[in-house]
Amino acid sequence: MATAKAADLVFEERKDFIMTKGKQKKNLKCDSDSLAGCVSQRACVYCGARVVLNPITDAVHLVHGPIGCSSYTWDIRGSLTSGPDLYRFSFSTDLKEEDVIFGGEKKLALAIDELVEKYHPKLVLVYSTCIVGVIGDDLEAVCKAASKKHGIEVIPVQSSGFIGNKSAGYRAACDALLRLIKPDGIRLKKTSSINYLGDFNLAGEVWIIKNYLRRLGIHVNVAFTGDSRFETLKTATRASLNMVQCAGSMIYLAQKMEEIYQIPYLNISFLGLEDTAASLRKTASFFNDESITASAEELIKKETAVVMEDIRWYKEKLQGKKAAIYVGGGFKAISLIKQFREIGIDVVMIGTQTGREEEYQTINDLVDEGAVVLDDANPSELEKFMVEKGAHLLVGGVKERPLAYKLGVAFIDHNHDRKHPLSGFVGAVNFAREVYSTLCSPVWKYV
Amino acid sequence: MLDCTSKEIRKRAGGAINPAKTCQPIGAMYAALGIHKCLPHSHGSQGCCSYHRMHLTRHFREPVMASTSSFTEGASVFGGSANLKTAIKNVFAIYNPDVMAVHTTCLSETIGDDIPSIIKTSEVPEGKLVIHANTPSYQGSHITGFSNMVKGMVNYLSRATTEVKKEQVNIIPGFVNPGDMREIKGIVEAMGIKYIMFPDTSGVMDSPLTGRSVMYPGGGAKVEDIADAGNSKITLALGSYASSDAAHLLERNCGVPEMVLKTPIGIKATDQFLMALRQGFVKKIPYQMEEERGQLVDILTDTHYHFHGKKAALFGDPDVVIGLTEFLLSMGMKPVHVLTGTPGGVIGATVGDFEKEIKELLSISGIDGRVKAGGDLFDLHQWIKNEPVDLLIGNTYGKYIARAEDIPFVRVGFPILDRSVHSYLPIVGYRGAMRLVEMISGALLDRADRDAAEEDFELVM
Ligand code: SF4
Repeated sequence: MATAKAADLVFEERKDFIMTKGKQKKNLKCDSDSLAGCVSQRACVYCGARVVLNPITDAVHLVHGPIGCSSYTWDIRGSLTSGPDLYRFSFSTDLKEEDVIFGGEKKLALAIDELVEKYHPKLVLVYSTCIVGVIGDDLEAVCKAASKKHGIEVIPVQSSGFIGNKSAGYRAACDALLRLIKPDGIRLKKTSSINYLGDFNLAGEVWIIKNYLRRLGIHVNVAFTGDSRFETLKTATRASLNMVQCAGSMIYLAQKMEEIYQIPYLNISFLGLEDTAASLRKTASFFNDESITASAEELIKKETAVVMEDIRWYKEKLQGKKAAIYVGGGFKAISLIKQFREIGIDVVMIGTQTGREEEYQTINDLVDEGAVVLDDANPSELEKFMVEKGAHLLVGGVKERPLAYKLGVAFIDHNHDRKHPLSGFVGAVNFAREVYSTLCSPVWKYV
Repeated sequence: MLDCTSKEIRKRAGGAINPAKTCQPIGAMYAALGIHKCLPHSHGSQGCCSYHRMHLTRHFREPVMASTSSFTEGASVFGGSANLKTAIKNVFAIYNPDVMAVHTTCLSETIGDDIPSIIKTSEVPEGKLVIHANTPSYQGSHITGFSNMVKGMVNYLSRATTEVKKEQVNIIPGFVNPGDMREIKGIVEAMGIKYIMFPDTSGVMDSPLTGRSVMYPGGGAKVEDIADAGNSKITLALGSYASSDAAHLLERNCGVPEMVLKTPIGIKATDQFLMALRQGFVKKIPYQMEEERGQLVDILTDTHYHFHGKKAALFGDPDVVIGLTEFLLSMGMKPVHVLTGTPGGVIGATVGDFEKEIKELLSISGIDGRVKAGGDLFDLHQWIKNEPVDLLIGNTYGKYIARAEDIPFVRVGFPILDRSVHSYLPIVGYRGAMRLVEMISGALLDRADRDAAEEDFELVM
């Protein structure tokens, strides 16, 4: 009841962040700061930066600040590694009262010294958190000195929490990555090499895509940043194309690399059958090589055939169900809408944390009349619209899961906590299976 | 993984590796959720609030509501006063709690926002309350934050209004699960004693599924009860780290005598808890409690040979670890490595004797163990490499060590992110102790089964 009341009172100020398809003309407002006093589902700059950089498996990820930020991000991403696992450790300067008063630079330098001695990394990433700037630490200078002292890369990530939301963190991460990339004059043969941006190898997704591309005769030079290592990241300029999967986090890096190194980029998406096939074709046509095109068609045919029967089976069972989506980026929301359609499910509510204006436009074009679209939604709004629109299923992250369950609504995690790869053709089946196993579980009978 | 930990121990001064604690605000948030119809509010950047809610959600598998001041660049320069004022207005207009419990973060503390005067000059609707606690993340740990928020409750809410103290006991349960809080209440009820317990997250962080989501579940300590705590005859603070500061303040402000006890884990600490209740109220221990105790003793004698002489390493929050150490010793086990991430003497706090207390417990049993407050899991792992153990007890993060060293592992404490149900069931009281015995012997015997040679594999153990 309190929640219902809260939702009815959806602020004047929040109105511009919500729209119903077919009802308004104006564009959805987004990318503004959350209101003071709201229960926002949004994360901060550090969170965004860490998410992007964390999958660099052989780096020391050192969080400069009090202990909290480092504790909450200790190994929470399901990014898999094919070797080094230093990234799964939690390193913090664990700032104390005296550091806040006298500055934390000394402790930071000491921490880097100790960690370098212990682990001999080639790369140390130093994340700034909320208070670093306020207490006057010069991160840049400390990192530079340490880099010189140890003869390795020590790169600061400017990710103080208050300078924006998660998107600002993506940008900070991309800036750090740009500092890593060193042109070495080697350009690999045109058709042979691409970079794959915006896949963090959750549940091994990068590996699936790499395998597809290999079958097309395309070599993945570096994946940003899933299962990546310092030495390979450095060589990013050897590629002739950047393929961008998660545009929200990586479009900035792609644009910069185009600007600085004249490497073109393509937006693609390997979520869902439709987008996966389209993306493979798009990639093939970039190279304008008949054998690649032929391999792509063959792969699409073969893989589709493998999964189609399963997909059809799930579609039959799921037809007519309604889903609500609440995810980080607009890009993911778009793919999900299409993917749900492939298994017969209508999307009735879409929310994102950091969607961009053009993404909201695409979303609006995709969904049916009456669907609700919201930016930076709070729990009571999510609840209100899920109930109002009769959603049977919510797609979201950690904080949304119990919210859905309390309403007796099924849930799947499309975030850090995913346990099965959701990309490519196999991913499409995994997705359908997950949707089916939560939606059709007998537990809902007892609610 | 975790082959990255070396055996050779060297002094470190550059911060923590694999922490055994987290920051104050999350503790304050959890404590505030133990007030009926209360919305915790994080005065800082939105990221902090988001992390704390996420972490609590992972442990309890419940929705966690809390609002944020959403600091921006401007706030970090000019202070967060305007943000907090707007937040107070918005919170009551939209979420309509009875109480808004503000805690600070490292950022608002460093900027130096003066919370009490901001609250005083804010518009708070008639009949509504705003309380606060300072929770600088660069001191103490989540336990300190919990303690500070409970102190804030006493500070803002508890008043002595009667001439004569009432025949009722205050119980401050400490940073434990809702399942533990239910067990503690059950014990006091069985004793037939009137009580006030705060904070009380039962009915909030373990609320039933009804098909409807409510912003404020039915549980939590009522404001009028926390107020009336000023009129009680005695306060029992369970666990000195999380509860004694508030009890202390209650004594000073309202003249309610305090008694600091261990978190009632295991037979001895539970006995002491019951004795304290009996002394204060001259009641006979009811048969139900005697029966439970007798059952526990029965179980312990039935199983003692499984435990005797087994070496254990344990880590977690100080109050819980102190209780566990005592219990393991009473089972005949040897807790040779005992560690908490919470540092000892926190500025301004009166508590912090972890190392001394554990060492005393160990020395009574003739054990020379490694003990550390303010340590991290890198320390613990190195210790274990130097002196291997038969059992590891701690929160979820222990699983890395358990796997790397192939040690049976029992999950106790906060946070537990990879198992469920734990927050509904107690580790306190006699029944909590039975559960611990079940978990520990289960882990040890499963291992024995796994490792047994074909000919030694036994049906009856
Ligand atoms: S910024 Fe400070 S208060 Fe916020 S999560 Fe990090 S350590 Fe905790």
